[in-house]
Amino acid sequence: MSQWSAIADIAEKVQKGELKAENLVAQALKTIEDNQDFSAVIATIEDRAKERAIEIDNRVERNEAVGRLAGVPFIAKDNFLTFGSETTAASNILKGFEAPYQSTAIQRLEAEGAICVAKANLDAFAHGSSTENSDFMTTKNPHDKTKVPGGSSGGSAASVILDMAPFALGTDTGGSIRLPAAFCGAVGYKPTYGLVSRSGVVAMASSTDVIGPLTRTVEDAAVVLDVIAAKDALDGTTIEPEGDGYALSPELSALSSKKIGVIKEYMSDGIDVKVKAQIEAAITKLKDAGAEIVEVSLPSLPLALACYYIICPAEVSSNLSRYDGQRYGFSHPEAKNLDDSYNLTRSEGFGTEAKRRIMIGTYVLSSGYYDAYYKKAQQVRTKLIDEFNKTFETVDFLLGPTAPMTAFEIGKHANDPLEMYLTDIMTVAVNLVGVPAISIPAGKIDNMPVGLQLIAPQHKDRDLLGLASQVERIIA
Amino acid sequence: MISAEIRKKYTVTIGIECHVQLKTKTKLFSAAGNDSREAAPNTHISHIDLGMPGALPVLNEAAVELGMKAAFALGTTPQKFSEFDRKHYFYPDLPTGYQITQFYHPIIIGGEVRIEVDGQEKIVKIHEAHLEADAGKSIHPPGKDYSLVDLNRAGTPLLEIVSEPDMHSAEEAKVYAKELYLRMRYAGVSEANMYYGNMRFDVNLSVSTNDVLGTRSETKNLNSFRSIERAIEFETERQIELFEKGEKVVQETRGWDDAKQRTFTQRSKEEAHDYRYMPDPDIPPLVLSDEMIEKVRSTMPALPGEVREKFMGLQLDSSSVDTLVEEMPAGRFVLTLLDSGCKTADVKRVANWLTSEVQALVANDKISWETAKLDVANFKQLAEMTSSNKVSSTGAKAILIDMVQIGGSPAEIAEAKNLLQVSDEDEINDIVKQVLAENPKAAEDVRNGEAKAIGFLVGQIMKASKGQANPSVAQDLIKKQLN
Repeated sequence: MSQWSAIADIAEKVQKGELKAENLVAQALKTIEDNQDFSAVIATIEDRAKERAIEIDNRVERNEAVGRLAGVPFIAKDNFLTFGSETTAASNILKGFEAPYQSTAIQRLEAEGAICVAKANLDAFAHGSSTENSDFMTTKNPHDKTKVPGGSSGGSAASVILDMAPFALGTDTGGSIRLPAAFCGAVGYKPTYGLVSRSGVVAMASSTDVIGPLTRTVEDAAVVLDVIAAKDALDGTTIEPEGDGYALSPELSALSSKKIGVIKEYMSDGIDVKVKAQIEAAITKLKDAGAEIVEVSLPSLPLALACYYIICPAEVSSNLSRYDGQRYGFSHPEAKNLDDSYNLTRSEGFGTEAKRRIMIGTYVLSSGYYDAYYKKAQQVRTKLIDEFNKTFETVDFLLGPTAPMTAFEIGKHANDPLEMYLTDIMTVAVNLVGVPAISIPAGKIDNMPVGLQLIAPQHKDRDLLGLASQVERIIA
Repeated sequence: MISAEIRKKYTVTIGIECHVQLKTKTKLFSAAGNDSREAAPNTHISHIDLGMPGALPVLNEAAVELGMKAAFALGTTPQKFSEFDRKHYFYPDLPTGYQITQFYHPIIIGGEVRIEVDGQEKIVKIHEAHLEADAGKSIHPPGKDYSLVDLNRAGTPLLEIVSEPDMHSAEEAKVYAKELYLRMRYAGVSEANMYYGNMRFDVNLSVSTNDVLGTRSETKNLNSFRSIERAIEFETERQIELFEKGEKVVQETRGWDDAKQRTFTQRSKEEAHDYRYMPDPDIPPLVLSDEMIEKVRSTMPALPGEVREKFMGLQLDSSSVDTLVEEMPAGRFVLTLLDSGCKTADVKRVANWLTSEVQALVANDKISWETAKLDVANFKQLAEMTSSNKVSSTGAKAILIDMVQIGGSPAEIAEAKNLLQVSDEDEINDIVKQVLAENPKAAEDVRNGEAKAIGFLVGQIMKASKGQANPSVAQDLIKKQLN
């Protein structure tokens, strides 16, 4: 059992003065302290968190409004710009960087009284599926310290399961919220592209980056999404949220009225047989509960990973060019001239994976290769979008595993980037297409959690959360 | 120097890229102020201009509107679909490591500019024009082992207008550049202040003895019409000399040394960057609806060509027309007079005052066109007073000079300065009698048909009347009395 009750309950008790925000922050910081050996957290935000907690408690005493998330502690992946601590994206090149402004998501959460208590570990610049690419440390899986938590939001997922806070924020560029949620047994929500502002979040691949919550329940994920989803003047790609918001409504539409398509390509070769059996067991439970479930095929899905690993590095190579040691972050002290400064700063500041992606991205964008790689990949992406749209004409939701396996041993894929990339095989298509998806826990195999993924059409986040909360109950 | 004979063998081909700074309040992608003239370094910047982690560009709609206006000013319609791309290169005054521009789908495709050179009309076609963000400024203090960066200019919105290689002489290029300058000002796209570098020109030039275009050089960052002309003359000579010596022109980027009046090598083709252009995923495609396009079209002000024709209709000499077209406040005032139903002859009179007397005041820094007191009622009155001989033309000019500098009605100024002309015959007759009596010799000469003498007598009458007698009335009266 978690030490935290539902987010809405915590906030209500703080609003009523039954719980002190100051105590909640202390409780979160103590749990973080007690679980240091999992390396889930890069830095804590103690002073600012305590000050904010006291302010909230004082406001409650004065009968002033304190917000929908009053006093609720949370942890942000360290690629969110925040006050009160460094923001490093787990990279040496940003070590020591203190943000001059906060990300919109953090601002919106703070405006509703939530309190950021720590920054979670990640693969540096969110490049990876295990947090092993963090320039600082590898996070351990809460269920087995010899295993990875998944990535890149591994610190966020682990921190929630380690009970450090009621929720954490993550980013999902190719599966980085859903995969660690699956590996750690958390709920991980990836919203429709553009639903949550990317302003103030260290960019990975701008056209697929989204921001979302990692929680213990679908209900909590919906509460957080409801606060952070908004059109933002600081991000031109944001969209208007749905009129009814995202918090779950008490009466949900009957499961039998929805048609769910099981993705054939995600249930065939390449998937661990035990994971497959676990997902099939969940499907049976859903059928028994009255859901209409059919098999669907999206023939281009096997191309998604290749497509992703062209588009993503292209954008990464571009987005990382601002880290040049000239204005902030690490700047090599021994550089004698400008070229030296660029070369030494970037050679030492970036880790192996960042450099690999910069090189791939630079290559596919080079004149002479652009059409063969980048343009081609964009065409495949368009095809994928068409296939998803078409499929959603026949079914309301898609279903499949989040990952083809459960959490693997630390070091297992460390020297084989291709094997590592394959862990994203069931998550990247969603990012390329821009649709919302959620990973919810679907039991365990050998004590390691399995994630079940549900996918909805764009702008159907509210429906997806409604379905997920029902599925969560049925397969629990 | 190449002889005229050798020069004749070569065709010069010129294309011009012109960067126009758009007059928006804020930058192309951030809320920082766009006008940093005379501002301290790095005071007009935001986290976006600094390329902070997580900072995202948000397109300034005002810049888009000016881009649309520019399209109409260039004789075309803006593209309904355009997109922004990233152009990558490393330099300290480019904080994000890429410039945001429109490479694949610019906002303007096509268009044309009509120019007149030596009485011949010519069309320079526009290849395309795109919106882009400017970089900051690098400063390299002489003798120091560091450089300084000022990011005030970083993110300033520019429109780069790329012409087809349709020009063949320095004169054509200069006239084209000047026409662009006028159109951008008339359309309200840019302040087009050359002194502050609001317009910068890159000249692509090649020479050839046949139909095949030669290898071109690109001379960058010319910031005056004069330097465009001089750089083209220099490059033409330089390239012909190379040809004549049997050497090859190297494709390269050149700079212009204004002190030495020559171009110099900056970067050869081999050193050219691979910019790795990529659609900017942070900025949604720019889609313009028919309504938006029509709305901008309907608010387009008159362009220099149209205005020029109106001035020509006043039968002004060509240099006066040029002045009125170039000095927009003066031209606008003349157009206002025309629209107010002022008599054509009076408008013409005012136009001539503006392009001679008032222009002289401006040239001598006594006033500026922006501060000159151009009041429709006052100018109308002064023109009427002059045509009805209430003041002499000399008197009118004296009134004019006070009127534009200090203001006030011409009647009051004339009164105060005693410049009202006397046309009353009885009053003048007395003076005529007196002058004829005092100058019997001259009177006799007039009787004998010596035309010169009458001028002398009129002069004496003007003197005696302290300049207030109407000279033509005086002349008539002399003739009457002597007959």
